[in-house]
Amino acid sequence: MKLNKLLWVLLVAIFALSGCSEDEATDGLNAGQNAASGINDASTSGLNGASTLSGMAGAGYTGVTGNNSFLGPEFTDPNNPLSRSTIYFMLDSSEVQPDFIQVINAHAKYLVAHPNQKLTLEGHADERGSPEYNIALGDQRAKAVAGMMKAQGVSDGQLTLISYGEEKPAVFGSDEGSYERNRRAELSYQR
Amino acid sequence: MNFLKKILMLGMLVAFAPLSQAELTIDITESSDSGTPVAVVPFASSGAPVDVSSVINADLARSGYFKMLAEQTMRSRPSSASAVQFPEWQALNQNYLVVGQVGGGAGGQYNVQFQLLDVLKSSQLLGYQMNSSAADLRRTAHQIADMIFEKLTGKKGAFSGRIAYVTNNKQQSQLQVADTDGFNPQTIASSQEPLMSPSWSPDKSKMAYVSFERKTAAIYVQILATGQRKRVAEFPGINGAPAWSPDGNKLALTLSKDGSPDIYTLNLMTGALTKLTKSYSIDTEPVWSPDGGSIVFTSDRGGKPQLYKVSSTGGGETRITFSGDYNARASFSPDGKSIAMVHGNGGDYRIGVMDVGSKSINVLTTGPADESPSFAPNGTMVLYATKKGGTAYLSAVSLDGKMQQKLAFSNGGVREPAWAP
Repeated sequence: MKLNKLLWVLLVAIFALSGCSEDEATDGLNAGQNAASGINDASTSGLNGASTLSGMAGAGYTGVTGNNSFLGPEFTDPNNPLSRSTIYFMLDSSEVQPDFIQVINAHAKYLVAHPNQKLTLEGHADERGSPEYNIALGDQRAKAVAGMMKAQGVSDGQLTLISYGEEKPAVFGSDEGSYERNRRAELSYQR
Repeated sequence: MNFLKKILMLGMLVAFAPLSQAELTIDITESSDSGTPVAVVPFASSGAPVDVSSVINADLARSGYFKMLAEQTMRSRPSSASAVQFPEWQALNQNYLVVGQVGGGAGGQYNVQFQLLDVLKSSQLLGYQMNSSAADLRRTAHQIADMIFEKLTGKKGAFSGRIAYVTNNKQQSQLQVADTDGFNPQTIASSQEPLMSPSWSPDKSKMAYVSFERKTAAIYVQILATGQRKRVAEFPGINGAPAWSPDGNKLALTLSKDGSPDIYTLNLMTGALTKLTKSYSIDTEPVWSPDGGSIVFTSDRGGKPQLYKVSSTGGGETRITFSGDYNARASFSPDGKSIAMVHGNGGDYRIGVMDVGSKSINVLTTGPADESPSFAPNGTMVLYATKKGGTAYLSAVSLDGKMQQKLAFSNGGVREPAWAP
């Protein structure tokens, strides 16, 4: 029993110690004996999350958001196209499918009627293929939706576009069903 | 006190196992039977913290060039050439023998000696003595493997190099740098938003990468030694796929600020931005030819993603891949004679290597989700990312496709490897 207690104290101490040293140790790259390789001693402060990566307060992975309900009951009424906030795409395509035209039109109409309201269009891709190519594909998808909205009078200033490519899947899975749900553009109104 | 120490050690094991930075582990999944037979005799050592000879043995084994003799087959364990009975190793059909010892240890300073012996000629090919701190013992072992590799193949070894990669779990994206065998991983950036596309500067002192930490895409250049960094591109839309010019003065990158994604170069000295492509389709994933004269990139201007080439000062755009319905994410071999790429057919993505001269593509991997190829600095292997059974991991394949090794991560996925030049 005594030994157990001692072990616990030690464990806690080690736990705490390792917690501190980990943060400092990951600052830069340690010097190997290969100073010539260009990776030098980094005992001083290097990049570390909190201080230099400010402004990344974590929303984490959102998945299929679609949560625009704060704008009113029409955004939660399943019979209203405004309740739908995800546009899905075919493989390697940024062409808007006929099913989603009504949804995009409804949001465009809402934005025209509410010129101070801003919308973020997030483009996404499934995990297959190259990550940066998928960023480009997500960009094209967000732009396809934006283009349709602008054609209906939505102003540039109301839309913010960003592509996450395959980096923020709605569903974690490597099957056709997951791929389909990940090839998408998400519409999120800004609060 | 000794007892206390033991408990402390036990405590460390228990406490560290789940806590410590997850490390990569290597499994050789396919090995070559046709390699040159080499025996690495376990080095004589008194309490060195690293098993130097087993690091050397593992490096040589995963190169694909050698067939390593199993330790239990050895009949003696000489630690220097003078103790070697050559007929004994000849009888075991060995061509080469590595013997050595690790001495010292006082004050954490070690002395590593090794000899590479030609078994058939009963002669010495290499013999060195190296000093190493305890912390550098693994690095020293990798350097010895490099020296042996170069002596026996005529090609530079790549074992003492480094790799960068991105790890992801649902909470965090981390950009890490580790030894080529996955040891000594160090996090150089982490964010709750995605980090992508690490690219080493030619002198290995800096890393360019993409970060979404500000909820927009931006490209950063970070000095590895200090951790200091600079945001070099944050235009509206895509800021992606940074790639260093061979002289280290420019980045090629993808921007979509004018509409569709296009290839640009950014002069890091002057900040001057030059637009190289102007198509209405996707142009991305630029990579410089080793002579700096041209940039190869991915474009879907022909309907499907294929590789194209453009002069690094603009102009002369030509398509360079023609077989397969998806060719993307080029990586040049250091001699510029080959290009590794993601080669896709019908939703199956593999790593292919194209001979630049003949344009023929040799498919090295079995798919179906292989991506992000990166050549080893000696051109003998390609490191890439793949996914099986829901787990994303790294894999390395020799250029003849015979040698495959898996670098798995103990928790979460690992992607986008970049082998330091």
